[in-house]
Amino acid sequence: MQINFKELTILELFNNYPYARDFFSENFIPIEGLEHLTIDEALENIDEDIIEDRAINIEVFKVHLLEYIEMMKSFYTDEAIEAHNITILPGFYKDGSKENYDELEIKSGEIICIVGPTGSGKSRLLADIEWAANKDTPTKRTVLINGKTLETKERFSASNKLVAQLSQNMNFVMDLTVEEFLDLHASSRLVENKDDIIKNIFDKANDLAGETFKLDTPITSLSGGQSRALMIADTAILSKSPIVLIDEIENAGIDRKKALELLVSEEKIVLMSTHDPILALMGDKRIIINNGGIDKIVDTSDEERNILHKLEKLDKIMFNMRNKLRYGKKLEFEEEIENA
Amino acid sequence: MDFITISGPPSSGKTSVIIKTIDNLIRRGVKVGVVKFDCLYTDDDILYEKIGVPVKKGLSGSLCPDHYFISNVEEVVQWGQAKGLDLLITESAGLCNRCSPYVKEIKAICVIDNLSGINTPKKIGPMLKSADIVVITKGDIVSQAEREVFAMKVQSVNPKATIMHINGLNGQGAYELSTLIYDEKANIKTLEGSKLRFSMPSALCSYCTGETRIGKAHQLGNVRKIDLGNYNAN
Repeated sequence: MQINFKELTILELFNNYPYARDFFSENFIPIEGLEHLTIDEALENIDEDIIEDRAINIEVFKVHLLEYIEMMKSFYTDEAIEAHNITILPGFYKDGSKENYDELEIKSGEIICIVGPTGSGKSRLLADIEWAANKDTPTKRTVLINGKTLETKERFSASNKLVAQLSQNMNFVMDLTVEEFLDLHASSRLVENKDDIIKNIFDKANDLAGETFKLDTPITSLSGGQSRALMIADTAILSKSPIVLIDEIENAGIDRKKALELLVSEEKIVLMSTHDPILALMGDKRIIINNGGIDKIVDTSDEERNILHKLEKLDKIMFNMRNKLRYGKKLEFEEEIENA
Repeated sequence: MDFITISGPPSSGKTSVIIKTIDNLIRRGVKVGVVKFDCLYTDDDILYEKIGVPVKKGLSGSLCPDHYFISNVEEVVQWGQAKGLDLLITESAGLCNRCSPYVKEIKAICVIDNLSGINTPKKIGPMLKSADIVVITKGDIVSQAEREVFAMKVQSVNPKATIMHINGLNGQGAYELSTLIYDEKANIKTLEGSKLRFSMPSALCSYCTGETRIGKAHQLGNVRKIDLGNYNAN
């Protein structure tokens, strides 16, 4: 990189790389009034006491500054890893025998369900995908992204992660309103049309949620369904990661079908660990895990999809009953069945 | 023998991350030992014993834990060698944000958690800013967006670090970490002559030597006063 600390002034640095100003303040380096000096001169002019008190190491700071500018430049210019398809090549079961399939290809916009008993190796499969395994994980599987293994740099990029995760245990922990929260996420992603994106996520999330919420609702007081709706809309629209791993979506307060449709419409690859038949049948395929490896790969058949309609009917009955309960109505089974 | 230092704020998940990582190293036949540093109390040594690795603990008591750590690190390295370890790990809690436990040329890992708040990366000094690898834990209980923002905040105070997300409960990510921290070619025999990456927090005042009384008359040495600005009594 062409940044000469001896020649470039602080002002020129900030003009060329506006985000460098933040880096000075993030590292508590007071640069006010020194902007006309070269970077080296300015750093030499900082009071010794301040350097000691704020635990500043000028040499480390210089190295980090270059690294930071390089990183920020790549945020603006680098394309996110686009995964049009992922291919999983077989590794080995816990007993050392080879996995029972030739290769598994998953394309963007597909929904794949992962089923299997606890401890069967579901997490390992998800971790292999997240890590883009290259025969270097316990299963010795290979995961190809667009037909190729990832380079080390791509594997470790914190900003360009391959996989976004959504699970039932996840909660919002920040003390922010929905709007502040979306603004913070959008800012960290350096998106251009921030306001439009925030509006879009907010609308989509409300469309998914059973009960609507407002922009000034604190995220920590959202209901379970509302939280999940906001997380899904936010992940679909604002997360760079092309693959979304979902660990169940609870069947309350959120339209799960619409949620999956939203993710798929944003060209995500959706991998969903679930034992809920309705969710499982919304998938294109399901992977059955046993003994530490992939045991079978089953395409969702038309017969199964027909069951889906019936299951959805049952689901609707439950949904209506829940709503009746919520609004103080009397529950009657026969009536609901007839209406459904 | 290879040697790595792992630090992080209290309760960030250091021990869980280390144990899950050691599991993976043991499976590869690597002989690992741990020395746990803490302040007043720890029973983490029992957890390490349970997984069958040689472990020692050191409690700093009334001393600055950082100073205690660095005064003993050479002895610890000698212990590791005598035990015939392939990899020696020290674990120390960063009890103040000015902690600076890393040694030049020795791999340094900082463990922090997603629950600690997005301003925490900025508040932690050399322990985070000069680490080679930053492990972020507890990602399984916060939203994707919060994970992304938190990792970004870490990256903006330490752009050089490799950032890893590890789930200390189920070990997701620990295998991957185990491939990064151990170099079988490393041959660390002594730290004699090695240097800290950054000076440690310092103090030398009457309270350092056991003074308990409050008031100017009892304050000697390196004392600094809070700046409350000019104000009038009501």
